[in-house]
Amino acid sequence: MATIRIGNGAGFAGDNLDAPRLLCEVGRLDYLTLEYLAELTMSILAHQKNRDPEAGYITDFCTVAKSLLPSLQSQPALRIITNAGGINPAGCVRSLAAILSQAGLDELPLASVTGDDLMEDLDRHLADGEPFTHLDTNQPLGDLRSLVVSANAYLGAGGIVEALDQGARIVVTGRVADASLAVGPVLHEFAWNHGDWDRLAAATVAGHLIECGAQVTGGYYADWTEEMSLADVGYPIAEISDDASLLITKPSETGGAVTTATVAEQLVYEIGDPSGYLTPDVVADFANVRLTAQGADEVRVEGARGRPAPDRYKVSLAYEDGYMATGMLLVCGAAAESKARRSAAMILERVHRAGFELARTNVEVLGSGDSVPGIWPHQESATEVLLRMSVHDPSRDAVERWAREIAPLITAGPPGIAGYAGRRPQPQRVLAYWPTTIARERVAARVVVRTAKEWLR
Amino acid sequence: MNGTICLSEIAHARSGDKGNHANIGVIAYTPEGYEYLGGMLTESRVAELFLPLRPSEVERYELPGILAYNFVLRDVLAGGASRSLRIDTQGKLLGLAILDTQLPRPPNFEQMKSTEAAV
Repeated sequence: MATIRIGNGAGFAGDNLDAPRLLCEVGRLDYLTLEYLAELTMSILAHQKNRDPEAGYITDFCTVAKSLLPSLQSQPALRIITNAGGINPAGCVRSLAAILSQAGLDELPLASVTGDDLMEDLDRHLADGEPFTHLDTNQPLGDLRSLVVSANAYLGAGGIVEALDQGARIVVTGRVADASLAVGPVLHEFAWNHGDWDRLAAATVAGHLIECGAQVTGGYYADWTEEMSLADVGYPIAEISDDASLLITKPSETGGAVTTATVAEQLVYEIGDPSGYLTPDVVADFANVRLTAQGADEVRVEGARGRPAPDRYKVSLAYEDGYMATGMLLVCGAAAESKARRSAAMILERVHRAGFELARTNVEVLGSGDSVPGIWPHQESATEVLLRMSVHDPSRDAVERWAREIAPLITAGPPGIAGYAGRRPQPQRVLAYWPTTIARERVAARVVVRTAKEWLR
Repeated sequence: MNGTICLSEIAHARSGDKGNHANIGVIAYTPEGYEYLGGMLTESRVAELFLPLRPSEVERYELPGILAYNFVLRDVLAGGASRSLRIDTQGKLLGLAILDTQLPRPPNFEQMKSTEAAV
């Protein structure tokens, strides 16, 4: 029976830079996936592309790609699939092509998968009757249209399969569903019938379990103890066969652990109704998934069921929503907590006296239990606490004025305040999230496969 | 054998975000614990536990194959990752927070503890 090993070496933009290389060196992988795009990453990348038309992708991937050159050369069957393309997959592939070309890998076939970006045709879709209704509130997009900075459909595995079928060694996508990064190679390898929903669901569970990297191999594990080394944590590998049997594991002689407990925690991570996990490939039902420890750091995953994929794609849209800033001060000594709260009130009062009102403010006294406000046990005896303030307002000036009031508290506030050094908090543009959907037939994946040399022409 | 136990003695958990909503998966160590939590961690009890975060709704789903309950807490993230003014924008801490919950000590408490040796 045919079996493939898919390792995931990144769970978000900013994940460990060495993990992909280490996984390729010792993981005996057929495929490496690299998942970089959180809900809002696309809108941040859209801003970058507005400033520089060649930007808008995950530049960490270029650093990673350089580290993978020896593996690409010594393992001719190894293929890489990543959503590092962000808002500019073609730009990402061109940068990648330059790296490969310099290393003498001119002939490596590289694919871009696009079609997820809806910005160009947003008004046409609206005119055709797509209201881009908010998934939770059912509000139509309406007047927010003029503030939209990015709109991307979550594509499924189809484009990735097409790219692999055409011989691509490295596939760079924009927005695709996280799990589809793993479903793509599975569908490329195995001659499953379209409509084999249970097997598609198993592949989707595989993708879901490895998509956050080390979060399934011991990272964030609630029962972590100091005996479990995480400095050298192994990143996950899904071993999946053409009968859809699935094993989650990690390279031997790495830190962390793959147990039924670590896998169970990742199975429930960021899910809603487990019997209806929606992806563009399948509606997966993992309410009855069972986990069995098979060997050391090997967990068998069974019981996923599937139904036909939804007839609408999820869309992640972001719009301009004013400015935010965050600042922190260390407050020490007796009654540190109440001093911190009084200090925050003084700052806000000075902003008010200066003639500004802020739409939203939040004060957290970290060390007193405020990180889960009202729920952690309240600690009022700490000798040192961190005062953290965040503000949000449509006006940049109002946020800027607040930011100026942090430093003066050092000399014009209560005793025992320190920790303010360097720049004052900078107002950041807020890109608010608007989850919505679009009819499937309005979106089509576009696949381009060329050698590195051809991409550089 | 009266008194209370801590949820962390019979279960582990993980939480995360979806837009402005958070989910918390609570995973019992044993079938006895799973059954006990079925009666204890009801939707209304969890809504009450997280009242300071003002959930608009709490839904509970069951994953019997892994002895887990998944709670979806709607609108608890103060705007979600993009707009939240909190340090824990994504609700990552809610899993650990729920494990602090005190529960009445059940008669078969011993059968609910983790049987796995620490890794």
